[in-house]
Amino acid sequence: MAQKYVIFIGIIVLAFLAGNFVYPNYFNRSVDFLNAKFSWALPHFWSKPYVFGLDLQGGVNLVYQADLSSVSNKAGAMQGLRDVIERRINIFGVSEPVVEVQGQDRLVVELPGVKDVQQAINVIGQTPYLEFNEQREETETQRILEKIKEVRAAQEKKEDINQIKDVQLALQDPYFKPTELTGKYLSKANVVFDQTTFQPQIELVFNNEGAKLFEEITARNVKKPLAIFLDGASIVDTNGDEKIDVFDLYAPIVQDKISGGKAVITGNMSIKTANDIARRLNSGALPVKIGSPISQETVGPTLGAVSLQKSLKAGIYGLAAVIFFMVIFYRLPGIMASLALIIYVVLTLALFKLVPVTLTLAGIGGFILSIGMAVDANILIFARMKEEIKQGKELVLATKEGFSRAWPSIRDSNMNSLIVCAILFLVATSFVKGFALTLALGILVSMFSAIFITRILLMVFVGPKLEKFKWLL
Amino acid sequence: MFPFTKYSKFYYIFSGLLIFVSIISLIVFGLRFGIEFNGGSVIKIRFQGERPDNEAISKQLSNLNLGDVIVQPTGDNGVVLKLKGVDETTHQEVLTKINELSLAEEESFQYIGPSVGRELKSKTQIAIALALLAITLYIAFAFRKVSHPVSSLKYGITSLVALFHDILIPLGIFSLLGKFYNVEVTIPIVAALLTILGFSIHDTIVIFDRIRENILRRGGGSFEKTVDESLNQTLGRSISTVVTVLLMMFSLLFFGGETLKYFSLALIIGIISGTYSSIFIASPLLVTWHLFSQRQGS
Repeated sequence: MAQKYVIFIGIIVLAFLAGNFVYPNYFNRSVDFLNAKFSWALPHFWSKPYVFGLDLQGGVNLVYQADLSSVSNKAGAMQGLRDVIERRINIFGVSEPVVEVQGQDRLVVELPGVKDVQQAINVIGQTPYLEFNEQREETETQRILEKIKEVRAAQEKKEDINQIKDVQLALQDPYFKPTELTGKYLSKANVVFDQTTFQPQIELVFNNEGAKLFEEITARNVKKPLAIFLDGASIVDTNGDEKIDVFDLYAPIVQDKISGGKAVITGNMSIKTANDIARRLNSGALPVKIGSPISQETVGPTLGAVSLQKSLKAGIYGLAAVIFFMVIFYRLPGIMASLALIIYVVLTLALFKLVPVTLTLAGIGGFILSIGMAVDANILIFARMKEEIKQGKELVLATKEGFSRAWPSIRDSNMNSLIVCAILFLVATSFVKGFALTLALGILVSMFSAIFITRILLMVFVGPKLEKFKWLL
Repeated sequence: MFPFTKYSKFYYIFSGLLIFVSIISLIVFGLRFGIEFNGGSVIKIRFQGERPDNEAISKQLSNLNLGDVIVQPTGDNGVVLKLKGVDETTHQEVLTKINELSLAEEESFQYIGPSVGRELKSKTQIAIALALLAITLYIAFAFRKVSHPVSSLKYGITSLVALFHDILIPLGIFSLLGKFYNVEVTIPIVAALLTILGFSIHDTIVIFDRIRENILRRGGGSFEKTVDESLNQTLGRSISTVVTVLLMMFSLLFFGGETLKYFSLALIIGIISGTYSSIFIASPLLVTWHLFSQRQGS
């Protein structure tokens, strides 16, 4: 019998932790207060933000249809496209973009908080541009660096930089200059492995024209680097900061003149890096065209914030009304069901943070619906309990019977709703997915809450002592 | 104990009327589908200052060659523009034009290309077909055990009749809302209706389960009495469940903002119609059918 108290305390602790995880402000304020008063150094509660969908935080969702008619390896080409566009968006400076391949030839791009959608569409729609650039002469490099300095100085003094002679020079890469060799001369790139060391290497195959160009370029650049750029930036992250910027440079050294149109890039690189480079070389070699988006959804930042606030308000008012109804109609069990319901809400919200589930307006709608449905299990149990009591059974026995008799109905109803959720998930629009996911999660947690939490609460509070207060039930 | 089955005729007439009106409305007016299914663009705008009237907005946009533009005012100072599919450049031109009229902020813009629209339509059809199939299978499974005196087939078929009731009435209401208030059937509303299917079939199943349980417990006795008794026993639960879900949904309808308004409305209509049909259609129908086959037998 002591076991039920252990579980009860466990539930309280779980609810406390989940509650602070969902809303750490009170905990953190208390900690700050204690720390200030006793000069302790207690830490704040573990914090993790919710992940909000575009409709709540504002941004743009673009869907593209790729033209794969000229590509043989379609899945590979789509991965390459995804990669190229993600790179480009990162360079464009959008935080936490989502770029996903959907189905066979669709690409979904989500850009939170983007203001200039037109520019974003232009950047995404560009054809990938792959270049092989050679090192500049020392004097040329100096000239460009000085020009850059001159322009910066002028900018600082707020002078018109267009007055400076040869100002365009400052826009160029001071160290590397373009060669004629670009992506269109590359047939393909593969990752191969060295026969003896098993190190990954990248094999390049050029077409006939490309072979000639490559021979000329390698001939005049022996023992010099040849830099590979995609869309004007290094093809791969080389300094390990997981982003690609002006501090990255991928420039293998030409060992010898290479004729025949086949080359191998060796060097100490991980398989992942080798794969990245090969895939990007391919997307530059056989660019996949995507044109303009086939669907677009832009949500302004205000609408999202307002929607979030309104739906939260709706949830709180609804919850309060449900609790009021439950307490009036079911008295003591109603209070327990309400307690279980609050724990249910807290646990589900904690789960949304923990997984994390991307919360959309529809998802919040599904969650709010699930709060209403979560009570059903409790109601079924109480209705059965009341009947058992009417038949003259003892309270403890009536509670037990109530649960076991209501269980098949609870299981069936939830199975039914879960089946519908699974089917809704198949209609792969983001609205329906968000709704089905939170509803399904809500249903699962609600089963746990009704069967586990309400039961333990009743077991702890309903004892022979309550026999005198049967009217409460 | 309330003798539910005694007044079966009134429920049949009432529901029959509602279904009749729904079907007529669906035939005459049809449903107004959102741009998700047809392709097109929707621009939602909120004016900072005074909202220009619809004609002024239409006139302002007339030389952009946009075809038919539907202008609908929303809220205090908002407006929704529905037009053919436009690209980002045209979209920006529209915004500039609107801003010339009165200072405005864009809340959202949606563009659905024709291919996406077709695809969503077929996906939605598949989802509806799958949901109906799954629910039919579920009914067959739930009533697989034969029970005397009513065959499990009858339970199953009456549940399906109730299901059609629950789908036709909300669709009819949305058809009328579409005709008179420009309310569109969008993907959220389809999702709401499918959720209703799961919800209302469950209500029917809880009642039918109780009927079978009572048949086993009581043994003989008249079937009407058993049904009435079962309905009275489950009534409290049915009402409580519906009330809690409705409390949440009405809260969402009144406080939840524009986007979820018709979604919650669809759920509310569906939940009411579903609970009503479980008590007043499915169970009385079971009795009527049983009495009918008894008379046939004798």
